[in-house]
Amino acid sequence: MATIHVDIVSAEGEIHSGDASMVYAPARMGEVGIAPRHAPLLTTLKPGEVRVEDTEGKEHFYYITGGILEIQPHAVTVLADTALRGEQLDEAAALKAQQEAEAALEGASEETDLKKAQLELAEAQARYRAAQRLKGKKS
Amino acid sequence: MAGEKEIRTKIRSVKNMQKITKAMEMVAASKIRKAQDQMEASRPYAQRIRRVIGHLAHANPDYKHPFLVEREVKRVGFIVISTDRGLCGGLNTNLFKRVITEVGEWREKGVEVEYALVGAKAVQFFRRLGGKVVGTATHLGDRPSVNELIGSIKIMLDAYSEGEIDRLYLVNNKFVNTMSQQPVVTTLLPVSQIDLGEEALQDHWDYIYEPDAGELLDDVLMRYIESQVYRGAVENFASEMAAKMVAMKSATDNAGEIIDDLQLAYNKARQAAITQEISEIVGGAAAVSG
Repeated sequence: MATIHVDIVSAEGEIHSGDASMVYAPARMGEVGIAPRHAPLLTTLKPGEVRVEDTEGKEHFYYITGGILEIQPHAVTVLADTALRGEQLDEAAALKAQQEAEAALEGASEETDLKKAQLELAEAQARYRAAQRLKGKKS
Repeated sequence: MAGEKEIRTKIRSVKNMQKITKAMEMVAASKIRKAQDQMEASRPYAQRIRRVIGHLAHANPDYKHPFLVEREVKRVGFIVISTDRGLCGGLNTNLFKRVITEVGEWREKGVEVEYALVGAKAVQFFRRLGGKVVGTATHLGDRPSVNELIGSIKIMLDAYSEGEIDRLYLVNNKFVNTMSQQPVVTTLLPVSQIDLGEEALQDHWDYIYEPDAGELLDDVLMRYIESQVYRGAVENFASEMAAKMVAMKSATDNAGEIIDDLQLAYNKARQAAITQEISEIVGGAAAVSG
């Protein structure tokens, strides 16, 4: 029987890897069933279930929150998102990061004081180096 | 010379400190391993996504995604990844120094700079020294997740799409090995440096795109950038733990030295006291028998 290699990976790690006889995925334009020798296809995924039927007829279920589906005749790759995505959710996350920044840096100036930064860093490094040298001398 | 009792108390307190630094050293050592695994785990995703981008960029050469186009630089963005906590030697200092050098170079060319900060130490640093900070993410913990980084990244990507910044850099500590970490600056945008897949060029087949290659490219590129920043965060965490382990090891050694010195002082003080007592007794006895 013909098989197709399936990899489900996310940025944070590998989720599934192995041969399958059939794969189902919630593509953007509706669910797709992928059999071996499927035409090469690239599409995005909606939140839903990826079903992998392995060569022994066992079914594996994976819930994904979205991602990208890449199909080649002998291999299927699911690039799964690790977080629930969507324009609005991303927008909210961006807003949150911005607000945090504003709260954390309230009152700080808009321009980096380069001279002061250089001085401060040079001093910190010198202190660190001196401490290490001191240690080397003693032992 | 301090009394015996004070020295004894001092020894005890240094010993307690040594126990703490020793424990921190061991905790850091065990976390390095996990962070390295995490780094390893993020590789397949990045590889695959790079291949897909190669295909996509190749598929419709007419369509130039803004992320792939080099343009004149008027403003640049930096995503700076630092640690959340201290006690890791010169790690953050070296990183900030690198950032300041880069910023200085841009400033000389009359280019404005804005930052997105990851990690509490970077926030502290720029709070003190100023800078246009558009987004922050702190307290990522032991396992940084993409989820916590999305917000700051999106701000930068939007700024790039809208033409507010013309280049985006990522600054983080590269984990060379346990003894050595290096601050590195990576160009995130434009993605022109990406190796657009030699294999893609050789293959004659192409994908079917749903909906179309342009829109897909949008999604894929965004995820690609995110995965790179995520990798930076994980790598920086591994560096933090390695630097912490080394710093805590030397703190433990130093505590050992201090204890040795104090022990010596304690013994001397004790001996001096005994000698004095004996001479007093001898002197007293001589006076009586004399």
